[in-house]
Amino acid sequence: MGRWRSPFFADMIRSIRACKTAAEERAVVRKECAAIRAAINENDQDYRHRNLAKLMFIHMLGYPTHFGQMECLKSIASAGFPEKRIGYLGLMLLLDERQEVLMLVTNSLKQDLNHTNQYIVGLALCALGNICSAEMARDLAPEVERLLQFRDPNIRKKAALCSIRIIKKVPDLAENFINPAAALLKEKHHGVLITGIQLVTDICKVSTEALEFFRKPKCLDGLVKTLRDVVNSPYAPEYDIAGITDPFLHIRLLKLLHVLGQGDADASDCMNDILAQVATKTESNKNAGNAILYECVETIMSIEDNGGLRVLAINILGRFLSNRDNNIRYVALNMLMKAITVDAQAVQRHRATILECVKDLDASIRKRALELVYLLVNESNVKPLTKELIDYLEISDQEFKGDLTAKICSMVEKFSPDKIWYIDQMLKVLSEAGNFVKDEVWHALIVVISNASDLHGYTVRALYRAVQTSIEQESLVRVAIWCIGEYGDMLVNNVGVLNIEDPITVTESDAVDVVEIAIKHHSSDITTKAMAMVALLKLSSRFPSCSERIRDIIVQNKGSLVLELQQRSIEFNSIVEKHQNIRSTLVERMPVLDEATFSGRRAGSLPATVSTSSGTSLNLPNGVAKPAAAPLVDLLDLSSDDAPVPSSSGNDFLQDLLGVDVSPASVQPGTSQAPKAGTDVLLDLLSIGSPPVQNNSTPSDILSSSQDNKSSVAILDGLSPAPSGGAASMIDLLDGFVPNSPKPEDNGPAYPSIVAFESSSLILTFNFSKPPGNPQTTLIQATFTNLSPNVYTDFVFQAAVPKFLQLHLDPASGNTLPASGNGSITQTLRVTNSQHGKKPLVMRTRIAYKLNNRDVLEEGQINNFPRDL
Amino acid sequence: MIHFVLLISRQGKVRLTKWYSPYTQKERSKVIRELSGVILTRGPKLCNFVEWRGYKVVYKRYASLYFCMCIDQEDNELEILEIIHHYVEILDRYFGSVCELDLIFNFHKAYYILDEILIAGELQESSKKTVARLIAAQDSLVETAKEQASSISNIIAQATK
Repeated sequence: MGRWRSPFFADMIRSIRACKTAAEERAVVRKECAAIRAAINENDQDYRHRNLAKLMFIHMLGYPTHFGQMECLKSIASAGFPEKRIGYLGLMLLLDERQEVLMLVTNSLKQDLNHTNQYIVGLALCALGNICSAEMARDLAPEVERLLQFRDPNIRKKAALCSIRIIKKVPDLAENFINPAAALLKEKHHGVLITGIQLVTDICKVSTEALEFFRKPKCLDGLVKTLRDVVNSPYAPEYDIAGITDPFLHIRLLKLLHVLGQGDADASDCMNDILAQVATKTESNKNAGNAILYECVETIMSIEDNGGLRVLAINILGRFLSNRDNNIRYVALNMLMKAITVDAQAVQRHRATILECVKDLDASIRKRALELVYLLVNESNVKPLTKELIDYLEISDQEFKGDLTAKICSMVEKFSPDKIWYIDQMLKVLSEAGNFVKDEVWHALIVVISNASDLHGYTVRALYRAVQTSIEQESLVRVAIWCIGEYGDMLVNNVGVLNIEDPITVTESDAVDVVEIAIKHHSSDITTKAMAMVALLKLSSRFPSCSERIRDIIVQNKGSLVLELQQRSIEFNSIVEKHQNIRSTLVERMPVLDEATFSGRRAGSLPATVSTSSGTSLNLPNGVAKPAAAPLVDLLDLSSDDAPVPSSSGNDFLQDLLGVDVSPASVQPGTSQAPKAGTDVLLDLLSIGSPPVQNNSTPSDILSSSQDNKSSVAILDGLSPAPSGGAASMIDLLDGFVPNSPKPEDNGPAYPSIVAFESSSLILTFNFSKPPGNPQTTLIQATFTNLSPNVYTDFVFQAAVPKFLQLHLDPASGNTLPASGNGSITQTLRVTNSQHGKKPLVMRTRIAYKLNNRDVLEEGQINNFPRDL
Repeated sequence: MIHFVLLISRQGKVRLTKWYSPYTQKERSKVIRELSGVILTRGPKLCNFVEWRGYKVVYKRYASLYFCMCIDQEDNELEILEIIHHYVEILDRYFGSVCELDLIFNFHKAYYILDEILIAGELQESSKKTVARLIAAQDSLVETAKEQASSISNIIAQATK
């Protein structure tokens, strides 16, 4: 069969195919590559095409072949058709548009686009259409535009598709192609017609000018007529597929009508008749016919409203849905998703069938059907649909469970009629597929439980039952231990029993068992263990009789390799052992978590929230993954934004646990800095829900009055009879802690003044205040005092801040600073901190003045701003 | 549009790849690995569509070969099945009842034919006859060139004898 079947070429394929192992194959390929490289180095022209063919084969096997790229270019540059043909093939195969080498071919392409041999022009068009970059598109667009009018239709069609690539790369060029493309629509040659229509469709997508042009009756009527002609065309063997003349042409025409009719009532009107004809006349017993019907339905659904046509379209989809062919059912489900916005009622009629498709053997169909069911859910059908899906959850494939649980949780959250139903369903899902549930879902569940005060007892008992059988479902375990920690007493004392419940007897020790199992279970991760630890601490106060046992469990984690657990274990042990007097206050039940804040926060992080219907108890967006950065932190860190928890380091835990504001300097050296994420978990577990530290009402607030190291320690000193200097451990500080100490009144955030700059004679002090409702902004009142005996004149203060800050300086009160402290200059600075809560303020200053007519300049950097400005 | 075309044998060997959207070499082998894992394991009665990374892959098996095309979400899957069939029929006519070996030893021909059917991921020609005619014309151009070359080398050989 000619020169490509030359022995060299076939021999290589044969020897590669004869290889029994991958290593053997590699060896053969290496040898071949070496030979080809050698040939390239010798600039062997006779075998260039053969070597290129070999390289392509090797490339397909997945071996690197970059060294052959230049050979392609040389081959393209040679004069003969055979060389060019293989060269262009190699170019398309071995290179893609991102390789610099490609730029070198632009010139060859330009020459070939102007070649006298139309087949060479065709090769160049094909290569350009498949791999051109934006630069090449710009360079060669005029050539392609000209070729749209070439005498041979086979070149015109190639040029049309090439133009599509060009306008996709450089949309600005689209307008140049409007007129030549319009001319193609009048052609008779099917290849040209198909590619011309496709080109017009793509031009209309990027250019509104083009869209208006082709919507004009002049063009539109022509298109409708073309479609009518092809629909009514007699048997044409060349284009016939299953009794239909050129279904490809049908489909492209319908696609273009879709683009033109969308959003234009007049245009839509023009095409109604022909669409009705296609929808009713097309045979649907073969794939080709169904492909046309499918496209026709798509067009009908997209163009402006025509009730009659839409009924026709929905009926076609109904027929598709009951088809035995999986392909047809798949596309029906796909299209019904679009139809739902047009006619939800009509789609609801097929609910039962769609629900069956969720259980189909075919994963593609299941996925489509599930999406569709999700769109069909509303308040009235949420209960039966949820039941069906949860029942199916038990028997579904493992790989489908993730999607399925996400959707179930989402619809339950969105449409639950009451909290008890919501909690019940979530418990079922968690017991069945807790490991597939996303974090924010069970976070939301905890928030709901926390808010349903009448259901606390019921929930904790239900969770206790569920966890007995499903200990391997991690998120179930987490929710269960959280609830047992909070509401353990209700579990044991059967508080708030509903009449639907079966009676259950749980002893205190049973409840502790659950937590113990969770903390020891091999599959529990650090979050679960940390939650279990906190639950134990809480239970130690709720169940005084188990206090000893709890201490033992806690102590076992003293040797944990996870620093976080180890540290907590030691701290909790000390609380259980030595601090009975404060323990009960410390582990009080959590205040109710604020639903609004939580959902607001979730909504805030998810701009594309689907709007949910009103009247539901929950209104949470769902099924959408949150940025991974916030595990427990976000759930529980509900303190409002204007008083964020200060940056998290190891000591924050105790700081927030007790409300003590210890700055790092006062922490005793032995306290290790635990890993950040882990700490946050506990930190926020305990600090959650409590109002901002600065103005909260917990007894621990006594210590929060000051940010300043010195004063903080001073207060502690005052409270503590025991010596507690810098070396005193945190525990010692606690030892001296008396729960009933009087607390200083603290009205809102207040920041101590600082001395921002001090020289022998000049003092600059900063007073801070925050404008209400704007935590990022700080107003600084700067006061300058001159202690020297000389007056400073031409006094100018300048300041500079890093990029994350914005600084605004108000005019100073004057530019003369009296001597000996007899007066001062004040100036107001307004600083906005875009990294508020993360980074402290920092500022460079420059103070210029004249002293006895001599210029003085003093510069400095201010680093001692209070931390959370 | 069609983002790429893959021909994969039942054993997972790649017989043809054509990329209409830019993918790096690394991405290409990842795509092939991922998709052959998904497609080759699907049962015979299931639908011919696989949802993958926000795209759809339409595939159809002919004897030992899987023909796969990756398209956008809003494209017409049923039509792609027709395009695949269109291609297969043209291959069949060209090789005369095509088999996998034809596509191995004459892989370049399979590419040439594909290039007459698709450009820039869009359909170029709906007539099988036209495609066959264009391929034949180009093949004969190659033949002629080859004959000329050999006759020239004959003349040279004669002259230098």
